[in-house]
Amino acid sequence: MTARVAATRIEWRLATVLDVVPETPGTRTLLLDVPGWPGHRAGQHVDVRLTADDGYQAERSYSIASPPEDEKLALTVERLVDGEVSPYLTEELHPGDKFELRGPIGGYFVWDLPSGGPLFLVGGGSGIVPLMAMIRHRDSSLAAGDPDARKKLPTRLLYSSRAWDEVIYRDELAALTAKDPTLEVVHTLTRNPPAGWTGFHRRIDRAMLAEVGWPASDTPRVFVCGPTPLVEVVASTLVDLGHQPALVKTERFGPTGGPT
Amino acid sequence: MKKGSRQPKRRTVAADRSADSLRLDGNAAAGLLSEIFAPDLTAGLAKCAGCGTTRAVGALHVYSHGMGMVVRCPGCDGVVLRVARTPTRLWLDARGAVSIVISAGN
Repeated sequence: MTARVAATRIEWRLATVLDVVPETPGTRTLLLDVPGWPGHRAGQHVDVRLTADDGYQAERSYSIASPPEDEKLALTVERLVDGEVSPYLTEELHPGDKFELRGPIGGYFVWDLPSGGPLFLVGGGSGIVPLMAMIRHRDSSLAAGDPDARKKLPTRLLYSSRAWDEVIYRDELAALTAKDPTLEVVHTLTRNPPAGWTGFHRRIDRAMLAEVGWPASDTPRVFVCGPTPLVEVVASTLVDLGHQPALVKTERFGPTGGPT
Repeated sequence: MKKGSRQPKRRTVAADRSADSLRLDGNAAAGLLSEIFAPDLTAGLAKCAGCGTTRAVGALHVYSHGMGMVVRCPGCDGVVLRVARTPTRLWLDARGAVSIVISAGN
């Protein structure tokens, strides 16, 4: 049985910023209070709508970072240089400010405990956000004292970032893997690895996916999120490696927005 | 919120961006589709009228434009859905879908 959010019509709601947390030089997490929020599933997103004084509106989608178990809704937003919406969300918002959002949106790129595992998550840059909601959901809904439940849902994250200081949720991922041997996180840095870096230092490729991912014979549930070129290379390579296309779910985000 | 601070900056036309980098998944259409259909359509299965294959709507390709979205089949590139929004109307063209099947009752 799968718990589902009731199919009620999605409405625009006024969210209040409770806190703004810097994650990396280019990303911020907004912790929000959203009155009437109906709950969500890990992997879903919201649409954010900003309205200028002259009535001009801009809408963008942002992935939800918080697990369904959290009281506060969290969005992690990357500032895009030419963005219409993200500079406002990352630089001008302060606690107490309000803006419009609607959600939760999307029933395809979602993972709940009954969806099963193993779970193979592949993210690029801020594509980590919906994957982090899945990791957090897995962590907070499986009892810490029940290692068997975790062993049934082993999880691997392959996460591509440009540089070490651009790794979103770096400390939290380290803390989660330190306490949970059934969660593995593998980083690859595409541009500037720190001195002494011994991990991957290249874009995600076939050899890396074959080494880090579960074999196709284990029928892992795969979620890939990141910039369109990364998602397309990863998804087609995984299918080439024998994974069933229906088990490889993707979420591309293009330069004009789309879920990040 | 401070009055007047809510100013989305207008984007200049990104004409130099290739269509490939603008391609999104069906997930990206979920918000716009929710203005027409109450249940989430992206977890539903769509049968393409062009090539007859069936995929989750969330797995289709989406090209988003100022006025709306074009949803295409990844297999044959045929248009499955078109959704446009004007100041007063929502416009849906679904002739590229033989059927869309969603799970009911949950």
